[in-house]
Amino acid sequence: MKVELTPVNAPSMRSRPVYAPLEPRPGKLHVIVADDEGANAVTDMLDKSNNRSEILADAHVMYCPGPTGTDLSTKLEVLGAAQFFRAPTIPALLPRLVRVLADAHMGTQFYLAGTEGLIGQAEREIMATGFPHASIQKEHRGSTLRRVQCVHCKGITENVATDPFKCSHCGLNLFVRDHYSRRIAAFQGVNIDAEDPGQVPESVVRFK
Amino acid sequence: MSLDFKFAPDDFGGFFRDETFRDTFTYRNSDPRRFPFPFDRDDYMYSVNMEPHVPGRKGTAFEHMLDVDEHYIAEMIDRAKVLAEDPLRCQSLPHMTLAGWDVLELIMEAKARDYPQWFSLTKDGNRWHWVNRPLGIEQSFTFLDESTLPYPPFEYIMRQTQGDWTLQDERDGTLWMDAGIATSQADWSVDFDVGMNFHEWHAPVPLAHEKGVFDRALKFLLKLQHGAPVRRFNWTMTVNPLLDTAPETYPKWGPMRTTLTQENMGQKMHLRVELQSLYRLPRSNAIAFDIRCYLCSFEQIVEVPKWARRLHRVIRDLPVELATYKGFIRNRDAMVEWLSKYDDGAPTSPGWFPDD
Repeated sequence: MKVELTPVNAPSMRSRPVYAPLEPRPGKLHVIVADDEGANAVTDMLDKSNNRSEILADAHVMYCPGPTGTDLSTKLEVLGAAQFFRAPTIPALLPRLVRVLADAHMGTQFYLAGTEGLIGQAEREIMATGFPHASIQKEHRGSTLRRVQCVHCKGITENVATDPFKCSHCGLNLFVRDHYSRRIAAFQGVNIDAEDPGQVPESVVRFK
Repeated sequence: MSLDFKFAPDDFGGFFRDETFRDTFTYRNSDPRRFPFPFDRDDYMYSVNMEPHVPGRKGTAFEHMLDVDEHYIAEMIDRAKVLAEDPLRCQSLPHMTLAGWDVLELIMEAKARDYPQWFSLTKDGNRWHWVNRPLGIEQSFTFLDESTLPYPPFEYIMRQTQGDWTLQDERDGTLWMDAGIATSQADWSVDFDVGMNFHEWHAPVPLAHEKGVFDRALKFLLKLQHGAPVRRFNWTMTVNPLLDTAPETYPKWGPMRTTLTQENMGQKMHLRVELQSLYRLPRSNAIAFDIRCYLCSFEQIVEVPKWARRLHRVIRDLPVELATYKGFIRNRDAMVEWLSKYDDGAPTSPGWFPDD
């Protein structure tokens, strides 16, 4: 099978979430979850607001460095939010988010910023608690590395840079299909050489 | 229910075929004229192409609301095998249980009404008694009480129903595929797609978004009324009569696409038709979507001269994006070469049905 790889700058696919700059909104609690360069999206949002100190007084900020090592945690730490937490990785950040969600009431505003992997996994936890779509804002910043689920073995490979790539679980050669599942918070990876075993096109760096 | 169906074809006058959709591939249609040939003209492009799903011509796949044909038992055996290998092929999000009961009722009532020789449903209030003679199932249960069935209602009825089905919840002005079973799908993953909305799960389809096909289809479906089901066709090609062409198992079946020659084309290449029907469900207000798969080998299709001519022209003139998406671009030229021998260039009559 000849597989046409989608150019990186191609228009977004219909199953991909829509991202937009974060806007300050009135709320009883502001849950701010960011990684990588998402810290800049958070400070830009606060710079736009005319009640910055009120937002920060009711804000819980969670941050972890990006997949390529970008660490802007001090930028958020010095904001003076009611609560600030720096996690080393996304998996280390999520349990705290889940705990915060258990006490969050309607009227909570969610701000997600940074990589698609962080946004997708945080959004999944928030939606599982029944918060409406409309209370979640998402802004993509920084790394475009992808989180990809192998459709064959179901294992998820984090931080995929090249297309095709080797599944970190079953070892099949996968191409990254432009199809995104919010429930799994991942793109779909499909075996590229099933019909012609061993004939794998040269890997191209598509995500950085 | 288990994998060990007591298959005894003689019990039903030999109506149900003892056949396979894997390994030995003994699947065949006794009468190809019964096949729902999907092309009503000599070319093809996507369209919404919905029509009322009303009973149609006798002796065709359209005679009843749900078509129970000679492949029923063999398909249910194949489904049980797929589910045993991969339980993720049947999923229902927690809020979809009521819709599962709705679809169980829809199917049991339709089968008992249209095929009383094989199925019966008796009700005493919520105490129901269901008999499925071809599969040797007899079940007393309480409607809406999950604890009285051996499976959740959706999976219970799907193990006795041909076709892949999805259940769509309606909210926020769109449809959400929040339950589904797929063991005879044309290369889409229930596990990946469950929980997606209408535009999300159709995202990989080329050309159609730009033509506004999905916007129009969604508008149409949101107006779907209980008791007024609709239907449409979709189609693709499959090498060997393989019901289960899931992306999950693509590394297993994909290589079969490389085995075609002019000599085996007629026997191996199958036109795969999806007769899709949609039903609004009464209690949950969900929409049930039945994707019923029919397979017919090229050699059986060309027994009908009108279909032979038409299939050649459709495949020859199909846009390359569609042949790629449908997964037969690598074999298209060989298919056209084989089919061209059965096309004398004569005009064809409008509509699907054979001329004779």
